Amino acid sequence: MQNDKNFYIIFSIILIFMAVAPLVIQNTHFQHLLIMLLLFATLSQAWNLIGGYAGQVSFGHAVFFGIGSYAAMAPLTHWGLTPWVGMLIGGVVAIIVALIIGVPVFRLKGHYFAISTFAVAEVVRELFTNWEWVDGPIGLDAPVLEQGFYNLMFYKNKLPYLYIVLVFFFIMMLLTFRMERTRMGYYFRAIKQRPEAAQAMGVHISKYKQYALMMSAFFTAICGALYGLYILHIEPATVLSLDISIKIVLITALGGTGALWGPLLGSIILIPLQEYSRIWLGGTGKGIDLILLGALIVLICIYEPRGIVGLLKRFNFQKGKN
Amino acid sequence: MDVTIFLQLVISGLLIGFVFSLIAVGLTLIWGVMDILNFAHGDFLMLAMFSAFLMFANLGVDPVFSLPVIVGLLFFVGLLTFRLVIKPVLGYHALIALLATFGLSIFIRNVVLFFLGPDFRVINQSVLAGKRISFLGLHLSLPQLVSAIGCVLITYVVYLFISKSKFGRALRATALDKDTALLMGINTNRVFALTFGLGAACVGAAGGFLVNFYYVFPEVGLNFAILSFVIVALGGFGNIGGAFLAGILVGLVENIGGFFVGPEFKYTLVFILYLIVISLRPKGLFGW
Amino acid sequence: MAVLEAKDVSMYFGELAALKEINLSVEQGEILGLIGPNGAGKTTFFNCATGFLTCTRGDIFFKGQNITRVPGHRVCHIGICRTFQIVQSFSEMTVLENVMMGAFCRHPNTSNSMHSAQDILDFTGLADKRDQIAGSLTLADQKRIELARTIATEPDLILLDEVMAGLNPAETEEAIELIKKIHQKGLTIIVVEHVMEVIMNISHRIAVFDSGELIVEGPPEKIVRDERVIQAYLGEEYHA
Ligand SMILES: Nc1ncnc2c1ncn2[C@@H]1O[C@H](COP(=O)(O)OP(=O)(O)OP(=O)(O)O)[C@@H](O)[C@H]1O
Ligand SMILES: [Mg+2]
Repeated sequence: MQNDKNFYIIFSIILIFMAVAPLVIQNTHFQHLLIMLLLFATLSQAWNLIGGYAGQVSFGHAVFFGIGSYAAMAPLTHWGLTPWVGMLIGGVVAIIVALIIGVPVFRLKGHYFAISTFAVAEVVRELFTNWEWVDGPIGLDAPVLEQGFYNLMFYKNKLPYLYIVLVFFFIMMLLTFRMERTRMGYYFRAIKQRPEAAQAMGVHISKYKQYALMMSAFFTAICGALYGLYILHIEPATVLSLDISIKIVLITALGGTGALWGPLLGSIILIPLQEYSRIWLGGTGKGIDLILLGALIVLICIYEPRGIVGLLKRFNFQKGKN
Repeated sequence: MDVTIFLQLVISGLLIGFVFSLIAVGLTLIWGVMDILNFAHGDFLMLAMFSAFLMFANLGVDPVFSLPVIVGLLFFVGLLTFRLVIKPVLGYHALIALLATFGLSIFIRNVVLFFLGPDFRVINQSVLAGKRISFLGLHLSLPQLVSAIGCVLITYVVYLFISKSKFGRALRATALDKDTALLMGINTNRVFALTFGLGAACVGAAGGFLVNFYYVFPEVGLNFAILSFVIVALGGFGNIGGAFLAGILVGLVENIGGFFVGPEFKYTLVFILYLIVISLRPKGLFGW
Repeated sequence: MAVLEAKDVSMYFGELAALKEINLSVEQGEILGLIGPNGAGKTTFFNCATGFLTCTRGDIFFKGQNITRVPGHRVCHIGICRTFQIVQSFSEMTVLENVMMGAFCRHPNTSNSMHSAQDILDFTGLADKRDQIAGSLTLADQKRIELARTIATEPDLILLDEVMAGLNPAETEEAIELIKKIHQKGLTIIVVEHVMEVIMNISHRIAVFDSGELIVEGPPEKIVRDERVIQAYLGEEYHA
């Protein structure tokens, strides 16, 4: 199909750019920005599966993110276990938490899911803050280990992180693209638009919502692990914070919920904005950027609920008419 | 275990529970009528508390007397929120309204944080502050007692208003079926606006009471918001009586459970209660 | 053997009896018309037969199998599919995608589903609107999409809830043609409709509901002459 070909072309160009640009521009700031951008694009795409495609908004994705980063970091600090295994453990635990949230809630209509995710995030942060094995509120520092792929530690250079994150971004995008074209992808969208009609078409609604949440949780946990290993320090107040949940939701809403390119577009705008606003607004505390983010979410909802993707479509449509 | 301690726990749980109830009633009204979960509800509470605090700190108005002003102010905040944020998104998918109130919540909280700073503040020289009543070895803090009584009264008034008044009838008709209500000549937009105002006024009253014995800080609404979401779900959405009882239940669980398991786990307990209830009784403790 | 058979089916919403001990069956290849005033329980009957609701008492059989407690999403796989009184097309999907949603029930693979959906589009006369967004079409087209989507699930029995309400005479005529065409494929059909001419025209047999009760059933000629029906239903028009 024409559409598919376009995707592969654009996607390849983006991947090549992301891979080559940091080699040309050997600036650590720039590389850091790219890593964050790709990480959050991947993360938001994971959220998009449940929040965008299946239409079940989660305000507590920090819970999966935090679980992922702890699952990679804690066994690494305590036992020297390779973070690759930790990452998988994190993914599996995230899926279990997804089941605990989803099984009672997805049978119900209404806002129960949003409430549950929001509350679970608070509960889990409370638990981790009081858990001595992971040093409670202080959090964990990555131990100094031999650098390399096995320990996922690179001290001299950011490039290896960048390429690892790029690979996960690649996987996430491709998976979402393929998913859109499978029966499951159609079912997700149908559930979001008309749950009753979907049921009449034979869709087991709660089961498919659960699938969406489990996939979403798994990949969110992996992003959490990568984040911790890159930043080298994790604590409940960052990796389990409401801020993380907010950022994920915002990026997707800004870019376009339920749209393949939404998360990437959202990250391209938001991540640099945030990194630079932190530098510009430095001393005033973190208030201002969140004021802007909050206002931005409201404005998007009011003026273009489909986000940047929607704006582009509008533009395209007008061009087509002329 | 000592009976006095247990009684003390029950009483404290009840007293705070009544405040939870009123907060949740405000939320459940909006939920029931518009099918919107207002994520900024906790921030409305914070606004109310800060307004009371500022009136006290700058003008010397005792929170007991500023209460009516706060209620009026929050009613207005509710109306404004409906006009500016909710009404424009009514035609879209439900998740947009959810996102919009979520954005509003972040906005309000951080504006307050920006202008007033993250410090905890407390009113300690008001008519009620610090006073307590003791009998039979039990201690009741006067501000808590007054707040609890006030909250129960207001909840009851709201309940009467909804079940008896003409507006209440229009509101219930709209909650049942918007389209039919519209056909019957009910101005549903007006009902929505007033419901939002009323819901915000409820939480405003709760905040006006709460400020007598609770710290004020920009994030104070967050925990109350989570609790009120859970309470509304427990009570069955749109169910005022249910929210009232569930609020008390959560107050008790939080206090008694918190005492035995440790206060750092009280939200965990409340949340486990929530999961159990929605598993067994999907329409809330009192819905069917 | 009856395709669908309701035995003493009652449905209560709290105190309100929406269905009272309904006994009704539909034979293979039959078009059964279901009529009755507003609130008579027609939609509720559909809801019970398709697993959207579980009736309070009684049993419903599909080809001899008890389906009273079969969950809603299974019903379609068993071979029953319905439309909705208030249109429920997937408004952000294209016409083709809407019909594919039905076809997925038998063809999990996307390209198979697309082929099957394409055939249905040709059959229902929607082929030229294939790539349009469903939400942007007229009511008549959206109702047609629902019909197309329903037969795309390859059912034995379809339940049509007022698929002609709100259509103009020309559109109604087209819809009737389509329903007859669908019937010729061998499907059994239950139609709920308020327009009497339509129901008389297409039904082999008619059942009349009033306040949750099945008051009469029989061939169209008999129904128009039945005193109870005139009182309960036609009375509104004929005696006014
Ligand atoms: N989910 C429900 N909860 C409570 N009452 C309901 C519910 N669904 C239907 N009812 C009631 O059951 C009765 C039958 O409704 P139903 O929709 O089956 O009627 P109908 O024959 O389809 O009418 P219409 O011609 O208006 O579509 C009505 O009084 C209606 O109010
Ligand atoms: Mg009906």
